[in-house]
Amino acid sequence: MANVTTPIKAESRDLNFFYSNGMQALKSVNMPLYENKITALIGPSGCGKSTFLRCFNRMHDLYPGNKYQGQIIMQPDNTNILEPGVDPIEVRMRISMVFQKPNPFPKSIYENVAYGLRVRGEKNKRIVDDKVEEALKGAAIWNETKDRLHDLAFNLSGGQQQRLCIARALATDPEIMLFDEPTSALDPIATANIEELMSELRNKLTILVVTHNMQQAARVSDYTAYMYLGELIEYGDTDMIFTRPTRKETEDYITGKFG
Amino acid sequence: MTELAKKSQASVLENLDSVRAMIKRHKRNDILFSIIGLIALMIGLLTLCTLFIDLVMDGYPRFNIDFLSNFPSRRAAKAGLLSAWVGSLLVMTVTFLTAVPMGVAAGLYLEEYAKKGWFSDLIEINVSNLAGVPSIVYGLLALGLFVYGLGLGQSILTAGLTLGLLILPIVIVSTRESIRAIPIAIREAAYAVGATKWQVVKDHVLKYSQGGILTGVIIGMARALGETAPVITIGALTFIAFLPPSPLTEAAPFINFDWLTSGFTVLPIQMFNWLSRPDHAFHINAAATGAIIIVVTLLMNGTAIYLRYQIRKNIKW
Repeated sequence: MANVTTPIKAESRDLNFFYSNGMQALKSVNMPLYENKITALIGPSGCGKSTFLRCFNRMHDLYPGNKYQGQIIMQPDNTNILEPGVDPIEVRMRISMVFQKPNPFPKSIYENVAYGLRVRGEKNKRIVDDKVEEALKGAAIWNETKDRLHDLAFNLSGGQQQRLCIARALATDPEIMLFDEPTSALDPIATANIEELMSELRNKLTILVVTHNMQQAARVSDYTAYMYLGELIEYGDTDMIFTRPTRKETEDYITGKFG
Repeated sequence: MTELAKKSQASVLENLDSVRAMIKRHKRNDILFSIIGLIALMIGLLTLCTLFIDLVMDGYPRFNIDFLSNFPSRRAAKAGLLSAWVGSLLVMTVTFLTAVPMGVAAGLYLEEYAKKGWFSDLIEINVSNLAGVPSIVYGLLALGLFVYGLGLGQSILTAGLTLGLLILPIVIVSTRESIRAIPIAIREAAYAVGATKWQVVKDHVLKYSQGGILTGVIIGMARALGETAPVITIGALTFIAFLPPSPLTEAAPFINFDWLTSGFTVLPIQMFNWLSRPDHAFHINAAATGAIIIVVTLLMNGTAIYLRYQIRKNIKW
């Protein structure tokens, strides 16, 4: 199933994860993320798919007591981003994230997108302006916002807010973008827009998306992973997983017998 | 219509009647409770209103500019509040400058930086407790620590620091509460673009909580303005016919700190002093002072509400 022609961007190796209460949420997960591809994680609630996604930008470091075991190797520099010596901030600068519910800052549209640059100390207004425009265009929201860049982000609709959050994640040219159920709070039209956007973003970066919605995984992703109770049950080409899954559990889940 | 259908229709109608009767009964309870609530509210509100109107009517002859620009005097009609309101203003300045940075920094530290555990729980309980300690105890503490221990004397600085300590718990608690109101999703969003902890604190946590912090600060200041017991304990003067040296001077460096060590009085003490005189004419002064303190306090609280509204308007979680 490994695709010989596509290079691997990142790969988890024997990844275990323990929450501070001692619960083991991931059990020896081995999975590649191919470069410029969309990988979808599916599985029932509580199966560890969000936990897995949040390992990639070390989000778990924000809460004391969480523990990683194993590796996530990122290319081309072959860095294990889970290593204690690697600063989580550096990891988050390379791997950005879009959340389940749109979470813009209570600031202007412009400042939301510019924040990643401000954090990096970019002061040159010309550069920031250009990057903001480029990111808003990349997130397909430039036309709706170009005349109101200094309006509050909260005045946008839910779908627009989510695209703004994508622009915010895009402004700093990340190598990988993580999507944690990005459309679960959106209506069908906004969902379609986000899905289309993800397909386009694939040309620029590598995407890992957690989704509750199997049809969404089938529509947007190149590779799909099915997780259950913290284990990776099956991983493969999306077409394969949805038409000829090799594992009985996967078949039960995607045919709706379970979950 | 069959016999059976007729029968079931009758039972539905009967049932409907009993449901309506039940709803009516429940609505009566609604009305009953709203009346009780209204009475309870009115008791509090009317008492305050009566008190305020009484003060205004008693103090009415003193409502003129002379009352604010005259020093206290042996003749009630010529006595004024000048030294008292200037004293209050200067003491409040010291209180603000000490309580706000210390309270906000402490609240921020406890919420954002301190490890959660039994020790932080202990601190939390103590801070909440401090808010309930009688103010006279703060006065005694200040008498021992500031007046004698540190040798600051019976000065504006001592009074300001004392009241600053007094409202510190209010500032800490309001800081923590408004920080806690910021959703985790917003913090995570900031961390996710690579912000450091301090950047998150400076660009987000402090920005979004400033409305709540400000409200706490103003409410604390309004309380400090009316405090009498601790200020008496540390030895505020009751009759003072001079002003502290001005903080601003005409010659460079234009700022002067001599006022900090000056003796002083504050509004509630001036009021207390006039009230304890046998001559009824002084009671008029006291009533006028009381009315002024209430108005200033109301204005401060009103400002707090307005500012909170203005700041919260742009923030929707």
